[in-house]
Amino acid sequence: MSNRSEGSRLSFLIPTIYIIFLLLPIYWLVNMSFKENTEILGTFSLIPERPTLRNYMVIFTDPSWYSGYINSMIYVVLNTVISVAVALPAAYAFSRYRFLGDKHLFFWLLTNRMAPPAVFALPFFQLYSAFGLIDTHIAVALAHCLFNVPLAVWILEGFMSGVPKEIDETAYIDGYSFPRFFVKIFMPLIASGIGVAAFFCFMFSWVELLIARTLTTTEAKPISAIMTRTVSASGLDWGVLAAAGVLTIIPGALVIYFVRNYIAKGFALGRV
Amino acid sequence: MLELRDVTKMVAGEYHIHPTSLTLERGSLNVLLGPTLSGKTSLMRLMAGLDRPSSGSVVFDGKDVTGLPVQSRNVAMVYQQFINYPALTVYENIASPMRIAGKDQQTIDKAVRKAADLLKLTPYLDRTPLNLSGGQQQRTALARAIVKNASLVLLDEPLANLDYKLREELREELPKIFAESGAIFVYATTEPSEALLLGGNTATLCEGRITQFGQTISVYRNPADLITAKTFGDPPLNTLPVVKAGTIFRAGAAEIAVPSHLAHIADGPLTIAFQPHHLKRSMEIPAAQALTVRTLISEIAGSESFVHVAFGDARWVMLAHGIHDIDPDQNITLYLDTSRLMAFGPDGRSLAATA
Repeated sequence: MSNRSEGSRLSFLIPTIYIIFLLLPIYWLVNMSFKENTEILGTFSLIPERPTLRNYMVIFTDPSWYSGYINSMIYVVLNTVISVAVALPAAYAFSRYRFLGDKHLFFWLLTNRMAPPAVFALPFFQLYSAFGLIDTHIAVALAHCLFNVPLAVWILEGFMSGVPKEIDETAYIDGYSFPRFFVKIFMPLIASGIGVAAFFCFMFSWVELLIARTLTTTEAKPISAIMTRTVSASGLDWGVLAAAGVLTIIPGALVIYFVRNYIAKGFALGRV
Repeated sequence: MLELRDVTKMVAGEYHIHPTSLTLERGSLNVLLGPTLSGKTSLMRLMAGLDRPSSGSVVFDGKDVTGLPVQSRNVAMVYQQFINYPALTVYENIASPMRIAGKDQQTIDKAVRKAADLLKLTPYLDRTPLNLSGGQQQRTALARAIVKNASLVLLDEPLANLDYKLREELREELPKIFAESGAIFVYATTEPSEALLLGGNTATLCEGRITQFGQTISVYRNPADLITAKTFGDPPLNTLPVVKAGTIFRAGAAEIAVPSHLAHIADGPLTIAFQPHHLKRSMEIPAAQALTVRTLISEIAGSESFVHVAFGDARWVMLAHGIHDIDPDQNITLYLDTSRLMAFGPDGRSLAATA
């Protein structure tokens, strides 16, 4: 009896420690974002002594701050839409048709993910300069496609292969044309796959810093690039930086919340 | 009328369908009977237009439809697996071919409710297929095939994955349901008993070839060759290699009197065959030939028993009514109804068959 209660106390303890360990940095960030700079630098407090919303006000009123969020949002959404739209037909082809070299091609799709994005920063900069695309949202979106399209194809192919080919054939026999079948019958079947693919595209594009910063100067500068340049004459504005960090976490957290069940399914299919 | 003219299907240099010609009449019920991998599904896919034949042509009502995409043909197909559109309700699943055809709402509703009523799906119309039992899912697929009112209905082992009771029920109803429409009805099955119960015509398939096509009963009674007879044998056909010498079939030391309907065969080696239920434990008929066999094992399946016996090197099965629990490894006497004997030459062709 006593053994059992001791065991259950321990089994309660370990996840608690783990969760505290995971959440501590995030808590600290949130904590800092509600403090004044003097408190951050001067004292050690678990909760803000003089809670303030000033840091957030700075971000929401200063265009150089909030435009960063808007820029990030624009190219991330652009990238996600382009990646999924391009990957859907490609994944369908890989899952349904056999053609010369299909297996090799499918594997080599992933090679772009085998190198760190930094490798591609220079060629991208050169290329986009030549086309006058530097400092545009579409430039960053397209650059991120290089990494996201193969990943999306890989994920979607797994989900599509889980749909029996007979469903396609039954639809054709019923008289569906290919586009109509694809949109009306097939897409709802792989909705979770599309969700997972979109999530991974979103997350990669949202957290990728190097290419986004290389390809932008002012007009399309992402929030993460702005955050690294907050040193002003009066020193570092810790509070605003923390508030910006909190606001950066929120979109990712929201997206994860909505697709969390699909991701579990994706893991079960072994494709994530 | 559907005609296959010398169609073949080759996949990776191998024949899946050897040159085949077949004519199916309007309003007929046709059974494709053969073991798995005999080419039933391949043949059906050629008929439907899902696959293009490697050579030969498919002619429907006098029109060559060989390369025509499946959308432009008026066919319906039901697979062995339960194939529905999981994202749509049962109602929309059934309605789907008519929606594509652009029928008006009233016509669709009437047809869907009629088909649902026929297949006892009315209470489930608002559910999605994955919330139904296997039988209900397959009936949804069948209902979709019904409302399409196709001129060619292909059913690929539609009842194979259903439970026994439902299978019997649907097997009885299916031909009636589709008979009204005057469609060409093609039904693939691995079970000889299913072919016999459905009646109509049967084409027996073996390794991508149609071995015989004709009325089900006459194919069963008068198989053209040993392969057809074996395909149609359930439980397996009993065979025995013998040498005919005058009025006697010799098999090792044993002798079997040649029945009158086989008397005309020339002397020489041949194979005789008979169905398991033509082997009996008691002498019920005058033409019976007594044979001493060694018992191997007996299986009791309710009101019937399968007794496996050895006769020389040959392994036979006797199908007998009632319970026959016979100890293994005993010598017993069985009686063979020689009036039902079939004889096949060394090339496998039938020499003569029971009338």
